[in-house]
Amino acid sequence: MALFEAKNITKQFGPVTALDKVSISVPEQSIFGLLGPNGAGKTTLIRIINQITGPDSGELFLEGKKLKSDDVLIIGYLPEERGLYKKMKVGEQALYFAQLKGLSKSEAMKRLKYWFKKLDIIDWWGKKVEELSKGMQQKVQFVITVLHEPKLLIFDEPFTGFDPVNTNIIKNEILFLRERGATVIFSTHNMGSVEELCDNITLIDKAKTILEGSVDEIRNQWAANEYELVFGGDIKIEGNGHFSITNNQKENGKTIIRLKTTGDIGTNEILKTAVKSGRVISFNPALPSMNEIFIRVVEARN
Amino acid sequence: MSKISVIIRREYLTRVRKKSFIIMTILAPVLMAALIFVPTVVMLNQDQDHKKIAVIEDNSDLFKDVIPDTKEADFVYLEDAKIDDLKNTFEQAGYYGILYISPDVINVPNAIQLISKKQPPIGLLEHIENSLEKEIETQKLQAFNIENLDEIMKNVQTKVSVQTIKIDASGQVKETSTGIAMALAYISGFLMYMLVFIFGSQVMRGVIEEKTSRVVEVIVSSVRPVQLMMGKIVGIALVGLTQFMIWVVLTMAILLVLKTTVLQKSNVTEVSQSVTQNLMTTDQQNAITSANTTEVSPELAEVTRLLNSAMNQQWGLIIISFIFYFITGYLLYASIFAAIGSAVDNETETQQFMLPVTIPIILALMVAIGTMQNPESSLSFWCSMIPLTSPIVMVARLPFGVPYWQLAVSMLLMIVTFMAFVWMAAKVYRTGILMYGKKTSWKEMWKWLRYSG
Repeated sequence: MALFEAKNITKQFGPVTALDKVSISVPEQSIFGLLGPNGAGKTTLIRIINQITGPDSGELFLEGKKLKSDDVLIIGYLPEERGLYKKMKVGEQALYFAQLKGLSKSEAMKRLKYWFKKLDIIDWWGKKVEELSKGMQQKVQFVITVLHEPKLLIFDEPFTGFDPVNTNIIKNEILFLRERGATVIFSTHNMGSVEELCDNITLIDKAKTILEGSVDEIRNQWAANEYELVFGGDIKIEGNGHFSITNNQKENGKTIIRLKTTGDIGTNEILKTAVKSGRVISFNPALPSMNEIFIRVVEARN
Repeated sequence: MSKISVIIRREYLTRVRKKSFIIMTILAPVLMAALIFVPTVVMLNQDQDHKKIAVIEDNSDLFKDVIPDTKEADFVYLEDAKIDDLKNTFEQAGYYGILYISPDVINVPNAIQLISKKQPPIGLLEHIENSLEKEIETQKLQAFNIENLDEIMKNVQTKVSVQTIKIDASGQVKETSTGIAMALAYISGFLMYMLVFIFGSQVMRGVIEEKTSRVVEVIVSSVRPVQLMMGKIVGIALVGLTQFMIWVVLTMAILLVLKTTVLQKSNVTEVSQSVTQNLMTTDQQNAITSANTTEVSPELAEVTRLLNSAMNQQWGLIIISFIFYFITGYLLYASIFAAIGSAVDNETETQQFMLPVTIPIILALMVAIGTMQNPESSLSFWCSMIPLTSPIVMVARLPFGVPYWQLAVSMLLMIVTFMAFVWMAAKVYRTGILMYGKKTSWKEMWKWLRYSG
């Protein structure tokens, strides 16, 4: 069942169309990737989900019911452009945001202590935000986002500003939150993390949805005509009328070859050709990375 | 706790706990008290600095003992003294200076010199000038050989003091003082201007801070933008009121302490006595004042009269109206300031928007000052009706008396306008706080007004 759904969302800013009949459906307890190049309309959609702005037309549903203003209490949002009051103390500030999300002071305090200890930032409680490093501030912001245990979490580029160690910590926290029942909408340009984390994606470009589905399906779909051959030893294969070689590299006494067929040739024929050329170690359909798919899809439209 | 009160609390506490706030709150009354107190002390101290001035003439004794001694200075007439001898020695002889009167003084007005080492005080010069003028006038008059000159002069001397008495609609007669009304008008007009401007621009800075630090997007995902805006406006208003109250209390306390310790022996106590008398009921007060007028000095009678007319002001109406105009005027301007703050990326960009907002405020202040000269002018009337200027102009008009229908119309217009402005500002604010990197114009802001939800 879908925890969150947006149907035919349209939004105009004067003459500019930011979103044109965009629909998304986020299954419960999944991680959903909202992808797209800069200026595609992702932030506008996220702001509409957060009820920061309203759509011109279209409908939003949370747990099957129409989204209402009280629902902000069960949504957690980490914006891309994040910020804290620089002159305010860390703990005080975290309490303030928790209270804005409807937590009582004592409950907020209890949960903050837990999270601050977990992320190892408890020593910074009484410091002013401007004294913290960027990564520290990001951690504080992460805690603020998840503190009220929202059912729907929205992260806009959550890993920018983190070093690899902290990126991993946050990644694990996101997975842990999903385990405990949260649903995550995740907007990023980092396709590596999309492959790693996301179950489903929607790719938006120029206000329109241009690709959607589960990550595995999409990758298989795009892999239809691509294969990867691994040979023992140093092998060279020439392309023919039925397939072309897209990549040929040698590694630890092996040769890895990527090839693309024209579509009128079966896997057996490819293997036959391959077997003639040398000792085949493995033969697989090559899954394109999300990065490649992203670039190809977006460039094809331009 | 509702969200808006959480916001108000933060806006209030972060500002009140700032060092600059605490310093300003404590320092301002000290400065205010000093402003009132120092001139008094200076005036009192002058008395102690007694001067002796030598008066000499060239070969005549026309002005012998003409200048009467004052509290500050004795005038010693030296016969046969020569100016050149005295010039170098007067200080050793204990004189503050030499007043030299040349014989052609009757015809040449500037034939008088006061020679001294220090710059003489203006009061001393006035005293000398007045005494000599009078003497020369008398001497000139005597040259006409008029009979009974002294008697005629006595008869001619007149002193006039206009008492202003106002009759209100019910035919009640009240003694009023234009001076008190003017002072009251000036203070309330200027106070209104300061409060609206200082705290209005604090709202603007607060909005800009939230926008540039990007904290705003997190907040508006929890509360509606209009709640954030109103929370900020109300929080800052409370900061303003707190500061104002502390100032009033502290200034009064400091003045009280100074009065009881330093000024005890001087005639200030005399004034304070008359003040306490005025705080009594009217009957008693009338009895005492009439009994006192014969005894007390003319200055004190004047003070008593002023206090009487101050009591006759409609204080209730003035204070309630002031609070009304402060709240609505502040809300009106603060919402404009909030909208401007939301539309820009940093404080330097605010300048192009500030001018059209500052003009009505400055204009209102100028009209308010004009009101003191001519409370019934049509400019004052219209400016006290137009909501952008009425908070300042109307409070300045009030001490002079304003017909109730005018006050009612002005207040009604004010309410309608401030609600319209808050509504429009909320719309601009909502769009503006999420817009970055784009130079905003008035036209752009007008477009934002029409964006949906």
